[in-house]
Order: sequence, then structure tokens, then C-alpha cells
Amino acid sequence: MQKTDLLYKYLRTDKKFPHLWCPGCGNGILMGGLIRAIDRMELDKDNVVVVSGIGCSGRLPVYVDFNTLHTTHGRALAFATGIKLANPDLVVFVIMGDGDATAIGGNHLIHMARRNIDINAIVINNNVFGMTGGQYSPTTPSGAKSTTSVLGNLERPFDICKLAMGAGTSWVARSTVYHVRRLTDLICKAVEHDGFSMLEVTSYCPTNFGRRNKMGTAPKVMRWIKDNSIPVDKAKDMTPEEIGDKLVTGIFVDRDDPEYCTLYSELRIKEGYDPHEHEHGK
Amino acid sequence: MAKKTAGKTAKKKKKTRKKPESAIGPRVVSDEEEKAVVKLRKRAKNKRKESRPAVLLSGNEACVMGALAAGVGFFAGYPITPATEIAELLSQELPARGGTFIQMEDEISSMAAIIGASIAGIKAMTATSGPGFSLMQENLGFSIIAEIPCVVVNVMRGGPSTGTPTSPSQGDVMQARWGTHGEHSIIVLSPNSVEEAYTLTVKAFNLSEKYRTPVILLLDEVIAHMREKIHLPSEEDTPVFNRVKPTVPPEWYEPYEDTPSLVPPMAAFGDGYRYHITGLVHDTHGFPTNKQNEIKAHLLRLRSKIEKNRREIVMVESEMIDDARIAVFAYGSVSRAARRAIVLARSTGRKAGLVRPKTLWPFPEVAIEQLAAHVDVIIVPEMNLGQIVREVERKAAGKCRVVPLNRIDGKLISPEEILREILEV
Ligand SMILES: Cc1ncc(C[n+]2csc(CCOP(=O)(O)OP(=O)(O)O)c2C)c(N)n1
Ligand code: SF4
Ligand SMILES: [Mg+2]
Repeated sequence: MQKTDLLYKYLRTDKKFPHLWCPGCGNGILMGGLIRAIDRMELDKDNVVVVSGIGCSGRLPVYVDFNTLHTTHGRALAFATGIKLANPDLVVFVIMGDGDATAIGGNHLIHMARRNIDINAIVINNNVFGMTGGQYSPTTPSGAKSTTSVLGNLERPFDICKLAMGAGTSWVARSTVYHVRRLTDLICKAVEHDGFSMLEVTSYCPTNFGRRNKMGTAPKVMRWIKDNSIPVDKAKDMTPEEIGDKLVTGIFVDRDDPEYCTLYSELRIKEGYDPHEHEHGK
Repeated sequence: MAKKTAGKTAKKKKKTRKKPESAIGPRVVSDEEEKAVVKLRKRAKNKRKESRPAVLLSGNEACVMGALAAGVGFFAGYPITPATEIAELLSQELPARGGTFIQMEDEISSMAAIIGASIAGIKAMTATSGPGFSLMQENLGFSIIAEIPCVVVNVMRGGPSTGTPTSPSQGDVMQARWGTHGEHSIIVLSPNSVEEAYTLTVKAFNLSEKYRTPVILLLDEVIAHMREKIHLPSEEDTPVFNRVKPTVPPEWYEPYEDTPSLVPPMAAFGDGYRYHITGLVHDTHGFPTNKQNEIKAHLLRLRSKIEKNRREIVMVESEMIDDARIAVFAYGSVSRAARRAIVLARSTGRKAGLVRPKTLWPFPEVAIEQLAAHVDVIIVPEMNLGQIVREVERKAAGKCRVVPLNRIDGKLISPEEILREILEV
């Protein structure tokens, strides 16, 4: 399909454009990956739900032509839980920022991991609270500057993928906004996975993070991401010292754990409910 | 006040008169005719009810039965005294009915999950008490601005903070009204018996579906845990309202259209109407807006859809009020002590009467205006330091005296205390 066809097919081109993201922001690249993946999987638009929290990343749903829900800060996964349990036929994506997913929403993230509901979570990690003007987030590197750590960040950052793995997520992967093709592949894999999937996307906020940390222009950071990423297969044979602060990308976990909605529908049948007798859900 | 014999119930019903919130509107039959018809209908309904087996239920259990009768299909919650039984019971009842129960990690996510389920087209509820109700406030506001129907039960206990978990209280009346930030209207119902815990739960679902808004059911600990013998109404006597869905083709659907009813039809995610839902102030298509005229129109419609439908939403019951000079305005379990006090007062010749709001918000303003015009004093007993009394004072506007009677030591207000006040004023 022509690039522009894809735009008209999946974006709300006549409604909410131009978008509010800054030039050089990684959010748009992820949005492109998302619609390419949905197109490749031939998902029915009426069956796709995109949920987000609050942040620059949280603005994504407004631009895409699906069933879209822009919730409260940090709570997107909890709203999505209600949607998916009420109608398991829907394909649910949850787009979160690093602050959204691991600061205010950290509790929901670990419990999603534990429950294994078939929801596809994508965290756009730009290492900062972008929307509120550049305060440090739980993924801001130690020593980095932000408006609330002008003197250097004293806290240690989360590794979001390790956090998700530790909590029991059955599918965990990382990609970046540089590796667009790989990113699209991984989104497809996340959808195919029957269970909770967590994809961290290393992104970049030139306006509120790059500027303060003298990281240079967006293209320069893209090059940095490219030069500093290593696929997980390669990283396997490297020592932690060799890996250092490099970005390990790829699929870390892909496990076939029992999915919650399936377990619940089995429970209903055990309790005497006949799904064929009743019209679905409604 | 325990169970009553059928005869006594019938007698009580005769004296009970539903006071319309306002007397405006076309009248096609005379007052007398209308009264006769209402009486006949009531008698038939009571007969049907009494022919059904009696059950012994607690308020929390009756609330669950009401929710099931209203068609609840989803519950998300987090355990808390004195509301836990609602979750426990629904966790057993929902699966066999094709519904879903989930125990979330906290009350923030519980509130979020019920909104999500409702967006997917299923009637949803949660139940909590003070500390959990505090945590729900942000997402409660979301369901108001995004117009997502749902029911929130708050079994009030003493606060603030952990407070007195097992003591009755009516301390959350103002939190229910103003707990979430920003300008908004809200519907809050308050039952005073086990039977009403059932009927008002059904009503809560119906109002939330009809007006696309969260409805809060404020129980107090006494009503929640007290057991009474009740006859559950038949299906025929339990009208169930389901949200109006759009019938237009998807291209025409305007999810937040300003319709004459002020409540736009609601499509579920997955119905084929792809639209945007947000907690930002939005235009009629659901997209965020900063335009002054759109902000104002949106917020005013949210208010009007409730305020302009007070006639249906505001329910007030009065007893022994026609010749009364002293009125007691009481809700929840306190209204039962008040009724007893009034009966005792009448036996000493005092002309006392009861006005009992089943709807706390929107506040029964017209009822108070009318009351203030024909009584000398309104006594307002509450298990708090005076919350609803301020509304009573505001609406009585000096036309009669308003006397608060408060208790916050974790004990019920007794009939004797209210009687003393009646005799003193
Ligand atoms: C309860 C609450 N607290 C604080 C905020 C303010 N707030 C909005 S976005 C945001 C942080 C966003 O950071 P992140 O999730 O990383 O998203 P980004 O903007 O970087 O994409 C904060 C703190 C809010 N909206 N709600
Ligand atoms: S502030 Fe940062 S995250 Fe937000 S739009 Fe701009 S570049 Fe993107
Ligand atoms: Mg961020």
C-alpha cells in the first residue's frame, strides 16, 4: 500500500491534525509503527482499541481511527482491563509514557504482569516527564539533568523490561524509534502473543530532555541510538561490563502462560453458564 | 425497627406519600383521581410482592440482589470494611450469569476498570468505603466528563483517614457531592432500609444508564449490615433501563451531540462506531477542545442533563407532614430513629412529621422550600457535624428555624435524642 493510503486509512486526518508533538519527537515514529503493524495484521479497525494515559505519549489515540480512550495519568492499564474483560474479542493496545507506566502507574503495571490479560502494552520511554516540561522520571539516568534535578539526578533508573520480567510478564521486548521495521515486527508479535505483552520503545524528547543534557539534535540522537543498540542474541555472550549503558533490543521473554480471559470463561462454564445460549456479553 | 407484619406495612404505606419535587407540568387527571389510581397500583404491587417468598437479607446483600436485577455484568473492587460482602457475593454470583468479577490492586484501578467495562457496553459497579472512596475520586470525575454510566456504592464509615472502620457514619455526604475536582453535578442516593438498598440499587443503575453518569449509592454501616425480612419485587415491578445506543450510520455519529434529551446515545467500543473518549473537555465529536464556546457548552450540558431532570431524579418521602409544625429532615438509618421519635412526639400531642430524602444530590431544594413555608422548625439529625443541614438552611432561607442535631462518636442517633429535640424546639 502507498504510504499516503496508509495515512488516510488509519489516521483521523480530517479531524485532529496538525498534531501537537515537537519536531524530532519519537512519538510519531511509534504511531507509524503501530498503524503499519495493524495494517499488516489486517486487524478490523472496529475491533481495535487504543488506550492511553496522560502525557505527550498519551495524546496518540486522538490521531488514530480506532476505538480510542484517553484516560487519567497512570491508569490506562486499569481502564483497559475493564474493556478487555467485558469484551475479550477486542484487540487492545495501551500506550504509556515512562512516567505513566512506571511512576504513577507502576502498581498497575506489575499487577497486569501477574494477571496475564491479553493486552498489548507499549511504553514510550523518553526518560523524562515530557508533557509537564521535563522533570525527572523513574527512567531518567542517574546524574542526568531535568527541571527537578538541575543539579543532577540522585535516583537510580528502572530498567522497564527487567521490571516487567520480574513481575512475571509473559512477553517482554524492547525496540527503539530508530529501528522502525523491527519495531513494527515486534508490535505484530506482541499482538500474536496470547497474554500480557510489554514492549518498551526507547524514544527521545529533544525539547525537554535532549536540550538540558546537551545531546544535540534529533538526528544525532538517532545515530546514538543506532550505534549503542545491541540485539539480545549478541548481548547474551557479553559481560555486563561490555554491555554497559548500551540498549539491548529484541524479545526477552515469550512464554505460554494461561491467559486470564480464557481462564475466566472456563470458570463461567464450570459455574453453569452457557455462552452459546446468550448473545455475546451485551 | 425490625420487621413488620404485612398489615402494619400496608398501614404505613397508606400514610406514606411521595412528594413530587415540583408541581409544575400538565395535569390531565384531577388530584383525587390520580391519588386513587396511585393507591390502587400500590395495593396491587404490594399484593404481588407479598405473594413472593420473604427473604432475610443484609443491606449489602440486598444491594447485590438489586444490582443483579438491574443487569450488572461487571464488578471491580478492593476489599474494605464495611462494604466487602458486596464484592464477596458478586464474585460468586457473576460467573454463572456470564458476568465478570475482578479484585483489583486498589480502588483507583477498580474505578478505572468499571469505566472500561461500561465503555465496552456492560453495566458495571464497584463498592467501597471512605478510604477507597477517596482514591476513586479522580476517575469518578472521568466518568462524569466522559459520560460513562456506572454505579459506585460507598458504605460510609467514620473518618477521616482510617477513622472508625466498623462504626456508622454519614461523613461522606459532602465528599460524594464535591469529592472530585471541578464543576459538576452528581446523583447520590441514600437508602434507609434493606428493601431500599435493593430498590435504590436498581434505581442507581437505571439513572446512570439513562443520564450517562456515575451514580453513587451512599449506604451507612447500619443499613449495610442490618438484616431485615423483605419480599424482593418481581421483575414486573423492577423496571430496568438500558442506555440508548445510536442507530445512525457510523459516519453520522456524534458521540457527544447536544440532543434535546441532553443525553447523547452511547455506542460501545466494538459496536462499529469508532470514536474518541477523553477526560479533557471535548467537542461534540469527543475531541479535545480549547474553544471557549465549546468548553462552556460541554460543561453546561453535563450540568443541565441532571439539574433539568430533577423531577425524576429527586426522590423525597414524607410522613405525618400535612399538619406538622415541626419537621425532621433525615436520611439513611437516622431517618428510622427520626420516624420513631415522631410517632412518640405525636403521642404527646406534638405535631411532628418526617421528610426523608432518598436522593441527597441533586439536593431536594423544592421540597425544602415548600416545607419551610409551612413548618416552624426543621430538625436535621446527622451522623456528622452538620453537612446536609447547610443545604437545608440555604433553601429554608430564614422562612423557618433549622436546628442541627449531630453525633460523631460512632454511635447511632437514638429516637430519644431526636424526641428530646422535638420537645425542646
Ligand atoms: C494525577 C496526575 N498527576 C500529575 C499529572 C501531571 N502530568 C501530566 S503528564 C505527566 C508526566 C508525563 O510523563 P510521561 O508519562 O513520561 O509521558 P511523556 O509526556 O513523557 O510522553 C504528569 C506528571 C496528571 N495529569 N495527573
Ligand atoms: S515535549 Fe518531548 S515528548 Fe513531548 S512532544 Fe515534545 S519532544 Fe515529544
Ligand atoms: Mg516520558
